Amino acid sequence: MSAGHSTYSPKTGIGRWFDARLPLPRLVYDSFVAYPVPRNLNYAYTFGGILTLMLAAQILTGVVLAMHYSVSTELAFNSVEKIMRDVNSGWLLRYLHANGASFFFVAVYVHIFRGLYYGSYKAPRELLWILGCIIYLLMMATAFMGYVLPWGQMSFWGATVITGFFTAIPLVGDWIQQLLLGGFAVDNPTLNRFFSLHYLLPFMIAGVVVLHVWALHVAGQTNPTGIEVKSKTDTVPFTPYATVKDGFAMVVFLLVFAYFVFYIPNYLGHPDNYVEANPLKTPAHIVPEWYFLPFYAILRAITFNIGPIDSKLGGVIAMFGAIAVLFVVPWLDTSKVRSAVYRPWYKLFFWLFVLDSIFLGWLGSRPAEGAYVAMAQIATLYYFAFFLILMPLLGLIETPRRTPNSITEAVLAKKKGADATPAGAAAAPETNG
Amino acid sequence: MKKILHGLAVLGFGLAMAISAQAAEEGETPHYPLKKPAQENWSFAGPFGTYDKGQLQRGFKVYREVCAACHGLSLVSFRTLEDLGYSEAQIQTIASEYEVEDGPDEAGEMFTRPGKPSDHFPSPYANPEQAAASNNGAAPPDLSLIAKARAVERGFPTFVFDIFTQYAEAGPDYIHALLTGYEDPPEGTEVPDGAYYNPYFLNASALAMPPPLADGQVTYDDGAPETLDQYSRDVSAFLMWAAEPHLEERKATGFTVVVFLVLFGGLVYLTKRKIWAEVPH
Repeated sequence: MSAGHSTYSPKTGIGRWFDARLPLPRLVYDSFVAYPVPRNLNYAYTFGGILTLMLAAQILTGVVLAMHYSVSTELAFNSVEKIMRDVNSGWLLRYLHANGASFFFVAVYVHIFRGLYYGSYKAPRELLWILGCIIYLLMMATAFMGYVLPWGQMSFWGATVITGFFTAIPLVGDWIQQLLLGGFAVDNPTLNRFFSLHYLLPFMIAGVVVLHVWALHVAGQTNPTGIEVKSKTDTVPFTPYATVKDGFAMVVFLLVFAYFVFYIPNYLGHPDNYVEANPLKTPAHIVPEWYFLPFYAILRAITFNIGPIDSKLGGVIAMFGAIAVLFVVPWLDTSKVRSAVYRPWYKLFFWLFVLDSIFLGWLGSRPAEGAYVAMAQIATLYYFAFFLILMPLLGLIETPRRTPNSITEAVLAKKKGADATPAGAAAAPETNG
Repeated sequence: MKKILHGLAVLGFGLAMAISAQAAEEGETPHYPLKKPAQENWSFAGPFGTYDKGQLQRGFKVYREVCAACHGLSLVSFRTLEDLGYSEAQIQTIASEYEVEDGPDEAGEMFTRPGKPSDHFPSPYANPEQAAASNNGAAPPDLSLIAKARAVERGFPTFVFDIFTQYAEAGPDYIHALLTGYEDPPEGTEVPDGAYYNPYFLNASALAMPPPLADGQVTYDDGAPETLDQYSRDVSAFLMWAAEPHLEERKATGFTVVVFLVLFGGLVYLTKRKIWAEVPH
């Protein structure tokens, strides 16, 4: 679309008839066939397509699972077991859906980190980035509510803990919590509204995805060099080039996904969720699913009062702040150079940030005691320092490497370099693929 | 630059590991279970794992003659015993040996009748309250899912290796370790009344269940050794089947899916190479 005029010309009579009345085939052709993409996109750029695939897979398996699920605290747990035992291929649907949520997050984390690395959030793509953050928030809400539905011990106690966060908000906290729960504790009304919202939110995600893709097609993709597309030689048509590359990445991703679904389907789950919810029995350690663990660690890292803010509210502010800070990233980064490829210091601190996030995830799975707390505090400090101090500061003090004049120049220079060095020599990983 | 970055990353990672090792040492308040279960060999482990029908039948016998006195198996129906190699007639006989509550009848009364293949295993107690009352306040858990509902944490870095070794037998390993793990408490350890010391127990140093199995307690008719170890092994395998009856189908389907994806992926890759061949990128 960014290329301007549509090049679609229907060849058949029925095609012309349609095009004059509802140019849907033209929209599809312009968006997914003729749409120009930078020729130097690497495999990190295939995760948008993978995420679309996962969203569709989750909705499909979810709709069928909902046909067999009973929304009642008395029946929910056993209805899930009925799916696992008696429904034809029910075990497959449920393992696909449960592991699918995890792999959805694997893909979204790669997608977000790729955006941070190549500076995809910078002008003119701020709205595109913010729409992505909204999708991520909706995904988190959807996944959390979905985890409550099997009505196991972790479902119940996870819901109790997470809805408990809201009571930390002054004045309206208790009211918000009761609104979420439909009562004073997690019970049948909670399960019913969570089911309703768990069915609704994925379609809202799909809606925001449409906006996300629209915004993408207006500004066009970034690319590993961070240089904007300047001429026709910088791009290739989406089909067949990006289609086949995305397709290959999807198959590889599905292969890893299938490995988990068929061979270690409970690896990412918690054994306690195979015990039916019991409001009278608290599990020894309440831990959220792995994709929430970094935020859980940040929540529990605030063990001290800050002025009038007690540690509980402080933790909740830090946790929501850790997500909220993503929304303002386009204005925190002051660098004129987009891609980390040409920013040696940013590149270093970016990879430290990746390690820090993984480390926070591990800390989130540990009990909040002893040295774990101190480590979580240091890791939390770095998390926020990366966004609030390093991002604005580096743009001002860092000397970036010389950037190429165009995508084509960068690609040809790399090709020359690759031809000059013997086969098998390491190529720059930023531009591989 | 790259080397420096790499060095820094390694340094940071090493530092984190050192701190975490220290943290693990500091957390010396009793950490349960006191002993980690040994990793046993199971026929159903690995990508081509299948249940050993003879073992499942023996495990079922142990469950019926010992465990069933206190533990239900309420999610399992008799008809699924087909997986253990029983014929329809045999399943009918097994089911009819149980009394199942049904009703109400035309007079509005509940009544009991012999079980049918479509029935689930009846629970030994009328309700959880009765189960608790008859067992010192601790209701014996239902065993339908126990092999997936119990696992000892593997810790770092074992949990990373588990992805590649496909370790998914933490449940049966735990059950086997627990059943064979009863021992006299070490000196100085106080065991509360009505509890039995077992260092493999997940939540404390002792549990309310008395040692349920002993050598020679159950008669096997297939020549398998009648030992505590063998009973524990067999009943653990049986409980894994009870928790995951479609395991064989899952792994067999998985093989087909993986083979298909590898072949299809290879073709897509070759197509991609061909399409991109003339475009430096």
